[in-house]
Amino acid sequence: MQGNQLHRQLAHMRQSLFDQGFLDEQFVQLEELQDDANPNFVEEVVTLFYKDSTRLLHNIELSLEKNTLDFTKLDGYMHQFKGSSSSIGAKKVIYECKQFRECCRAGNGEGCKRTFQQLKKEYATLKKKLETYFQFARQAGPTETACPPK
Amino acid sequence: MNLGGHAAKSLSMPSTSVSWKSGDGVSDQFPVGLRVLLVDDDPTCLMILEKMLRNCLYEVTKCNRAEIALSLLRENRNGFDIVISDVHMPDMDGFKLLEHIGLEMDLPVIMMSADDSKNVVMKGVTHGACDYLIKPVRIEALKNIWQHVVRKKKHEWKDFEQSGSMEDGESQAKPSEDVEYSSSANEGNWRNSKRRKDGEDEVEERDDTSALKKPRVVWSVELHQQFVAAVNQLGIDKAVPKKILELMNVPGLTRENVASHLQKYRLYLRRLSGVSQHQNGLNNSFMGPPEATFGSISSLNGLDLQALAATGQLPAQSLATLQAASLGRSTSKSGMSMPLVDQRNLFSFETPKLRFGEGHQQQLSNNSKQMNLFHGIPTTLEPKQLANLHQSAQSFRGMNMQVNAHGSQSSSLLAHMAQPESRTQMGNETNGSQISRLSSTMAQPILTSGISTGVLARNGTVDRVRGAVYNPVSQVTSMVDFSVNQNTDLSGNSFCLGNNPGVSSLSSKGVLQEEVNSKMKGSSGFLPSYDIFNELHQQKSQDWELQNVGLTFDASQHANTQGSLDVPPSVLVHQGFSSGQKSGQNRNTYLGNTMFSAGEESGHRNAPNIGQQLNALLADNSLRGVKTELLPDVSCENALFP
Repeated sequence: MQGNQLHRQLAHMRQSLFDQGFLDEQFVQLEELQDDANPNFVEEVVTLFYKDSTRLLHNIELSLEKNTLDFTKLDGYMHQFKGSSSSIGAKKVIYECKQFRECCRAGNGEGCKRTFQQLKKEYATLKKKLETYFQFARQAGPTETACPPK
Repeated sequence: MNLGGHAAKSLSMPSTSVSWKSGDGVSDQFPVGLRVLLVDDDPTCLMILEKMLRNCLYEVTKCNRAEIALSLLRENRNGFDIVISDVHMPDMDGFKLLEHIGLEMDLPVIMMSADDSKNVVMKGVTHGACDYLIKPVRIEALKNIWQHVVRKKKHEWKDFEQSGSMEDGESQAKPSEDVEYSSSANEGNWRNSKRRKDGEDEVEERDDTSALKKPRVVWSVELHQQFVAAVNQLGIDKAVPKKILELMNVPGLTRENVASHLQKYRLYLRRLSGVSQHQNGLNNSFMGPPEATFGSISSLNGLDLQALAATGQLPAQSLATLQAASLGRSTSKSGMSMPLVDQRNLFSFETPKLRFGEGHQQQLSNNSKQMNLFHGIPTTLEPKQLANLHQSAQSFRGMNMQVNAHGSQSSSLLAHMAQPESRTQMGNETNGSQISRLSSTMAQPILTSGISTGVLARNGTVDRVRGAVYNPVSQVTSMVDFSVNQNTDLSGNSFCLGNNPGVSSLSSKGVLQEEVNSKMKGSSGFLPSYDIFNELHQQKSQDWELQNVGLTFDASQHANTQGSLDVPPSVLVHQGFSSGQKSGQNRNTYLGNTMFSAGEESGHRNAPNIGQQLNALLADNSLRGVKTELLPDVSCENALFP
């Protein structure tokens, strides 16, 4: 019972992540890859993402601090970051990436900086939510991940 | 021959069962075990994709640097079936990597990127990517990547064999595929068809063609070098076929051979000098005179190779290999040491030419019996190695005779393989003479193969040399490599093939394919089609050959290569081819088609079934490899080097 309850809660938590637009279909792809051989696959991927993207975000941060912005370079960085984010289905983060790239294309330095702050926020929020989710999942015990929504 | 048709079918769908032929099923597991090389600098994506591919039951090797990927590919020529690479990478642009791979290994490459803008996708297409995936990649998209492997092999094979059949084959080939054609940047496909159509008069429908194979001259590296030397001596402007022929003084070479080769060469030079178009252009401007480049090209080390390639005789892969070999002088592998760039450039030019050449050749071959000169053999091919082959060829002589007897056909076989433009009259002259001729032209490897096939043909067992056709070409390349690396094998193998016993066994078999299949299994540890494909594909050189060889080989003569394709694939291929030819003047595209398709040639000749089966079998197998080898697979190349 408790297990069931936990699982139900977990499923609920998961569903809300989708409903609130934090995650998209790609996350489901990751879940589907998880199996007995890789029971924590999703968590591992997300952890890897956060670890790797820190470096990228840091580069962008540094570039934004320059007096003259190199939009091409910034766009390049963001393109990379977007690719990574999309692979884990970080929907809101991706949205911010797109905004950022638009600003780059428009040569809008201020816009870039603003968008970037927004992006970092979404990035951090998602990280927390997922951490909570994974923690809970571990508590709830092994179970098949909730069926993909949709 | 039913085989032919049948084979064609089976060929087309390797996945269908690896049973190319009659269900023997090489490996019904295909595409399980497909060996994928994954290249992406993003660790998250890399991890996800790897898991996805593993879930598809593919064998995945991942790396995050393009350089690492290239060295992996080079070290392990036959180690991979397909490459998936990201476009944006720090150390090397994905497209560059794509080109390198196309040049050197001729593997199907799938590009990926989060960038879905049309330009980038178009770039992928023009550079020869088989497909372009937009990130985030879904597993469904990866499930079907095997079709690219099959398609590529098939195309190569087809091209090789004959233009006409290609279209047909293609449609057949990928039964399942879903619009692969259109979706992927399968330039090759249309190119091939195009090429075929343009050039071809030979209409060799793969399936029924088998008989169409035209003898072709195999422009071996040496021969080509002689050609280039002659042209240089005369001056590109004054280089007329007649004079070139005189200067070259190669017995058995006809003016037509030289003329067609010259055309290709010119085209190639033009391409080098920046002519773009390619493919279409090539076809049209066959005669474009590349004066400017001419000079520069000559000076290039690997020029010959390129020119060879340009002429469409040398399969891209082969070319790469050759170049690598010549440039890098690496005997073991075709040379990865060679400067990729050079090669690449060359190839780019060549590809269009190649295609062109193909068509051209075919036309030529139609007319004459041309000697199968081994074309495109890397310069590095040591003469003595050739000599070895030659010897083998000689032994085959008797066998060849038969093949040769067909005259153009047999030559075509060889020629097909190597894409020789003009087929020497193998058939015309006595075998002995032919052989010698061949030897001189460095067609030894081919000879051997041809002989083998011839032998097979003799018995009429292998009708379809289709597969053989392919092989020859590829063989050529590989042969070259082989020669470099292992002449003995070749010789030995070819001999085996030549042996009647083997051949006869084929005939008696009736079900060549099956045998082959079984053999294949035994010999190569047969992986379900994969192995074969891999082998063929990757190695242009040895493995491939072996594989092919094994196929045909086994079929024809169990004894010889039991379980081990000792015989270089080329040899086998030839066998298949020659047999086809022999038997009935099947000109089918020996190289790839005959071998595998077996069906192609089949029917025409005496032992249609066998030949067909064999061909089919071989074809299937060699599709992978052969295709790569085959020149005609220009599409890929062209794509790379627009």
